Amino acid sequence: MTQTDDFILQTRGLTKEFKGFTAVSEVDLNVRRHTIHALIGPNGAGKTTVFNLLTKFLIPTRGSIAFNGRDITNAKPAEISRMGVVRSFQISAVFPHMTARENVRVALQRKLGTSFHFWRAAKSLNKLNDRADELLGMVGLERFSEAIVADLPYGRKRALEIATTLALEPEMMLLDEPTQGMGREDVELITQLIRKVSANRTILMVEHNLGVVSTLCDRITVLQRGALLTEGTYAEVSADPRVKEAYMGKAA
Amino acid sequence: MKKYSGYLIALGLLMLAPTMIYPVFLMKLLCFALFASAFNLILGYGGLLSFGHAAFFGGASYITGHALKVWGLPTELGILFGAAVAGLMGLAIGMLAIRRHGIYFAMITLAMAQMAYFLFVSSPFTGGENGLQGVPRGTALGMIDLQNDMSMYYFVLAIFVIGFLIIARTVHSPFGQVLSAIRDNEDRARSLGYDIERYKLLAFVISATLAGLAGGTKTVVFQLASLTDVHWHMSGEVVLMTLLGGLGTIAGPAVGAGIIITLQNYLASGPLAAWVPVVLGVIFVICVLAFRRGVVGELRELIKRQF
Ligand SMILES: Nc1ncnc2c1ncn2[C@@H]1O[C@H](COP(=O)(O)OP(=O)(O)OP(=O)(O)O)[C@@H](O)[C@H]1O
Ligand SMILES: [Mg+2]
Repeated sequence: MTQTDDFILQTRGLTKEFKGFTAVSEVDLNVRRHTIHALIGPNGAGKTTVFNLLTKFLIPTRGSIAFNGRDITNAKPAEISRMGVVRSFQISAVFPHMTARENVRVALQRKLGTSFHFWRAAKSLNKLNDRADELLGMVGLERFSEAIVADLPYGRKRALEIATTLALEPEMMLLDEPTQGMGREDVELITQLIRKVSANRTILMVEHNLGVVSTLCDRITVLQRGALLTEGTYAEVSADPRVKEAYMGKAA
Repeated sequence: MKKYSGYLIALGLLMLAPTMIYPVFLMKLLCFALFASAFNLILGYGGLLSFGHAAFFGGASYITGHALKVWGLPTELGILFGAAVAGLMGLAIGMLAIRRHGIYFAMITLAMAQMAYFLFVSSPFTGGENGLQGVPRGTALGMIDLQNDMSMYYFVLAIFVIGFLIIARTVHSPFGQVLSAIRDNEDRARSLGYDIERYKLLAFVISATLAGLAGGTKTVVFQLASLTDVHWHMSGEVVLMTLLGGLGTIAGPAVGAGIIITLQNYLASGPLAAWVPVVLGVIFVICVLAFRRGVVGELRELIKRQF
């Protein structure tokens, strides 16, 4: 972990209210460059809402967000993505009627600048196949490049999602519960994968599996009822009695 | 090549068809086949249910009619002009509707199309209830006399093939890939950096333009543009054709249009004439309940299971 005060992503007083109900309340988040940062908290704590705010899928009621020192509070989701912050979703986000290779290619093709060309043959995208297969290989999907994604098992879909995200070479990845609903083996696989792709990148992840958090994450922020409860290393956070209390009665 | 053999056979049959079947009927069929295929681009591949496509089909039909009859434009130019105006209407309506989803999108497109309908009813140039009559067919490329039904047929077939190829290419293009991605998972496409509204809007404009191409061509065939072409019934009929033939299949909507037009023609002269809407309604219900993929979709599924 690089111990600089170089924050890639910062929020100040980030707040989101839904018709009087405060889902996220005055959150100051500081994510250091080139770290794996976890956002944890009980169900309904507001983690996904924070992700939606950071990636502009929701508009904050109050507060500001800065990426690389630049205010992005009023940017649009697609802009955020083009700046280098790419998210995954809590429910696997793939294009089910396309093949695995086509899924990755959708991410790769934007750089070609031909995405509005409706008169050009789709064959022109074949030059991206090698890179797409390489990315599929990285997540152990080399054998599935021609498979229709709807037919893939859940764990594979999540792996594909990571490959698609990687295709954009994002500076920062936001992963919403990447191991949710997975068996032990798949969890192990995804954990290793995240470690592998974290080189030279920043990762902010929501994760319920504290085993995964403890092995992967450099820093942990705990949310409770929309507010920031505490932040620190795994050792610090897990020793905090308030965190234990927040999770009390929970399986975690 | 094998991939295209089905289409080449279909084209061969269409070339021979007017020797056996009444050409005016065939031309009507081709116009609606193109209309339904254009509609499918936005519903089947864009995932957007437009309930206002009659505005583009019927709008172009009036514009083309006016351009040929009053301005005396050459036939091809008149048709292209009608299609271009339909495209602009698509841009205007699309910009208002494209951010909405599902039923809201359908409602806005319907409302806008109704506005267009009232505009056309009350404009003097459309001839109101009587329609715009006596549109000259003119000549194709300044030399082929279109008054002859056979020449007219091949002219319409050429337009249909061009329109169909544009649709097929659009579906299988880099743009088509993004469009399918958006249909499959809008949020994911957005998170990959695509401004999805702009893609949907382009698809909508292409769809409207080609619907206009079909409408303008129909005016030339029948030498008439009438209120039925802009009426919301027409928007509903094209939904039915597309669903019946097979949503999101390249050939499906054309097949669906063929079935509906043939049925309408057949029933209109029989004892069931007054019951045409009921029969079509029943077909629609059966189609939705039993053949959810439509005729072409179900066939494709069958073939897939056989091999
Ligand atoms: N669009 C919305 N409208 C109203 N309330 C919402 C909306 N989205 C989320 N909420 C509420 O905000 C709170 C936080 O939800 P959020 O999904 O962010 O929690 P989470 O921490 O991701 O939970 P989980 O661990 O279950 O994924 C919940 O009480 C939820 O019901
Ligand atoms: Mg969540």
